[in-house]
Amino acid sequence: MSNEAILHANMGSAHATHDDHHEHHQETFITKYIFSQDHKTISKQFLITGMVWAVIGGLMSVLFRFQLGFPDDSLPWLEDLLGKWWAAGGHITAQGYYALVTIHGTVLVFFVLTAGLSGTFANLLIPLQIGARDMASPLLNMLSYWFFFIAGIVMLSSIFVETGPFSGGWTAYPPLSALGDTSPGSKTGMDLWIISMALFVVSSLLSGLNYIATVLNMRTKGMSMTRLPLTIWALFFTAVVGVLSFPVLLSGFILLIFDRNFGTSFYLSDIFLSATGTALPNEGGSAILFQHLFWFLGHPEVYIIILPAMGIVSEILSINSRKPIFGYIAMVGSMFAITALSFIVWAHHMFVTGLNPFLGSIFTLFTLLIALPSAIKVFNWLTTLWRGSIRFTPAMLFAIGFVSVFISGGLTGLWLGNSALDIHLHDTYFNIAHFHLVMGVASILAMFAGVYHWFPKMYGRRMNVTLGYIHFWITIIGAYLIFWPMHYEGLAGMPRRYYDYSIWESFKQFSDLNKFISIVVFITFSTQILFLINFFYSIWNGRKETSENPHGATTLEWTTPINPGHGNWVGEIPEVHRWAYDYSKDGKDFIMQTTPIGADEKEEKH
Amino acid sequence: MSTAISAQTKWWGGGKSPFNVEYGKLMMWYFLMSDSFTFGAFLIAYGTARFSANSWPDPNEVFNTFPFAPEGMHAPLVFVSIMTFILILSSVTMVLAVQAGHHNNKQGVIKNLIYTIIGGFAFLGCQAWEWTHLFHEGAWWGSNPFLNADGTQGTVNFTNFFFTITGFHGFHVFTGVIINIIMLIMALNNTFEKRGHYLMIEKAGLYWHFVDLVWVFVFTCFYLI
Repeated sequence: MSNEAILHANMGSAHATHDDHHEHHQETFITKYIFSQDHKTISKQFLITGMVWAVIGGLMSVLFRFQLGFPDDSLPWLEDLLGKWWAAGGHITAQGYYALVTIHGTVLVFFVLTAGLSGTFANLLIPLQIGARDMASPLLNMLSYWFFFIAGIVMLSSIFVETGPFSGGWTAYPPLSALGDTSPGSKTGMDLWIISMALFVVSSLLSGLNYIATVLNMRTKGMSMTRLPLTIWALFFTAVVGVLSFPVLLSGFILLIFDRNFGTSFYLSDIFLSATGTALPNEGGSAILFQHLFWFLGHPEVYIIILPAMGIVSEILSINSRKPIFGYIAMVGSMFAITALSFIVWAHHMFVTGLNPFLGSIFTLFTLLIALPSAIKVFNWLTTLWRGSIRFTPAMLFAIGFVSVFISGGLTGLWLGNSALDIHLHDTYFNIAHFHLVMGVASILAMFAGVYHWFPKMYGRRMNVTLGYIHFWITIIGAYLIFWPMHYEGLAGMPRRYYDYSIWESFKQFSDLNKFISIVVFITFSTQILFLINFFYSIWNGRKETSENPHGATTLEWTTPINPGHGNWVGEIPEVHRWAYDYSKDGKDFIMQTTPIGADEKEEKH
Repeated sequence: MSTAISAQTKWWGGGKSPFNVEYGKLMMWYFLMSDSFTFGAFLIAYGTARFSANSWPDPNEVFNTFPFAPEGMHAPLVFVSIMTFILILSSVTMVLAVQAGHHNNKQGVIKNLIYTIIGGFAFLGCQAWEWTHLFHEGAWWGSNPFLNADGTQGTVNFTNFFFTITGFHGFHVFTGVIINIIMLIMALNNTFEKRGHYLMIEKAGLYWHFVDLVWVFVFTCFYLI
């Protein structure tokens, strides 16, 4: 079979109808908007589902910040709203607090920053930017979304269980996650949590395989790997990391399910349970085994979150500086280095759990090595900005904001990655500040940047710019005001995951600071509603896009019609003749990838 | 894949599949890579538990019989050797099915797929017998009747890991048999004839060989060392 036939065998009959674009094929509301196999619709489904989860997860942080900032105050209407289990007498209860922080973490890490970020932009950009009609397998792509959706429903249902959702922290360490008698949340809540996560692993596997196969196999003519925009490289590496790390988590969960339900002791040994006053028969297991299996996913997971953000930011910085990205190959190389290193640093999450100190020193070495590719990327972003004709669009501001928080959050990683310093800093607010800035806020900012930037491609309309500016400034200032002070709290030894700090003599000094942080949280969270209003209003009523290429970008998604149908291009898929970053070249503002190299022009070699 | 290809072909230049495979096969390879990490995690978990235990039951003492064996006969690892042999034979017939597919030989595909399916069911049957036998000896998740090699009370992690991992592998074999049955039905319905190629058989074959390969590791870990 010829290569041509191989390439097109998979498109099946759907492909034939796309070529014949004038023929209007039957689409019902259900096939177009619900069980759609169009990557653009699936991308929007991921985005909007991610937004719903971001609101739920964010609202949870508002609730537990209320407890942390105002432990003595009560809001009686909270009990009416949430019930006694969560907020007896208007106070967030201890069990409610632990449930909130656990589900907040799970939801934000997996549903918002993994599915919401990769799901949205991989689905939108991979086919559009490599020049493909759709994903390699639109069917698996659709299934991937629906597995994610069901995972979300199961997680959501766990919130309404009588004994509450899982409350042992998003890392689900045994024995809290393995023994139902250890806490209310360890009962049905944990069962639902683990089912939800297993469904999520399936979803991420399906989408990851699809992204990899699409990027490798379906690039249009002339789109060599080194002509790919950095977004695609980033999403490709993200998919590879996901495909290789999630299965290990699944193994860990399967053993956990056996420990929970079938009397095994993979993670359990020598336990006396004070809740029931019994000594358990389990012997021979090791809780640290679960931590290894968990963090073998858990650490690559943070790169699953940050790599797409890096790709989006690279693209937006280059376009809005009107300059080629600085060091394209170095960017790809450093993403590769991050991908490879991400698999051999997991135990830096376990420096104080009883890990052999010698092993700790090796993991410290690998961990600190990640600073190299990260620094290369940061300097390349800065040098891309350097002497550019910068357009301060909302997307650009969010991208610059990403670089800012990535630096300030990343530098503290050097402290935490050091196994000796970690003895003091582990499980403190210093750690919370670090990872919220470097992966939480950074990726959310990049996600906003991507939404503002590609909104015209998604909906054929523009979002309101003024609201975008207000949204950006309050968000970035808010993020710093929330997380910066936490560094000081952490250095002073304030541990994370405590319900009430005011009863501790040593942490009383921070009660005003905690109040301040909580107030900023309320303001910053409210500002996100501004974004939601802007987003949904603009879908239907935003200023209509009139240009196919509103940002003056070089990549292929801007060669499609303003509102592309299923199949993306009318007629032939364009051929690519150059890399994605010919900005301000030979006196031209930008040159599309589809423009052939001129007779007296030198192709950018990198 | 016997198209003449000039040496100058730019495989990575876009517009073609760099590995000269269609997307499904590529996805299958990546899926298998992913799945090998699942099994890898299981086996490493098993390794750590075993490494940290003082002693471990001797497989020659645990797996020492086969169906209808005379009373008191000591036949260490005989039965599992037969199981392994069956599985490897089924891999051979799978190879023959794939090869027949390359030649668009429908009868050959059908014949060898049936052999493979029989092999798969035979392996699963053997496993069912072995599990039942062990269960009657008192072994199950959470209970281990076998003494350690040094005569001390055996750890339950021996049976815990044994049933979990061989069960997970058996589940894979079962899935493979189902896939092969679907392939058989499709071949009988001339689906592949109409398509003009038997690529699906190749993908099913990849999965089947992978499941066999995993068994080699599972077999080594639980029965040999």
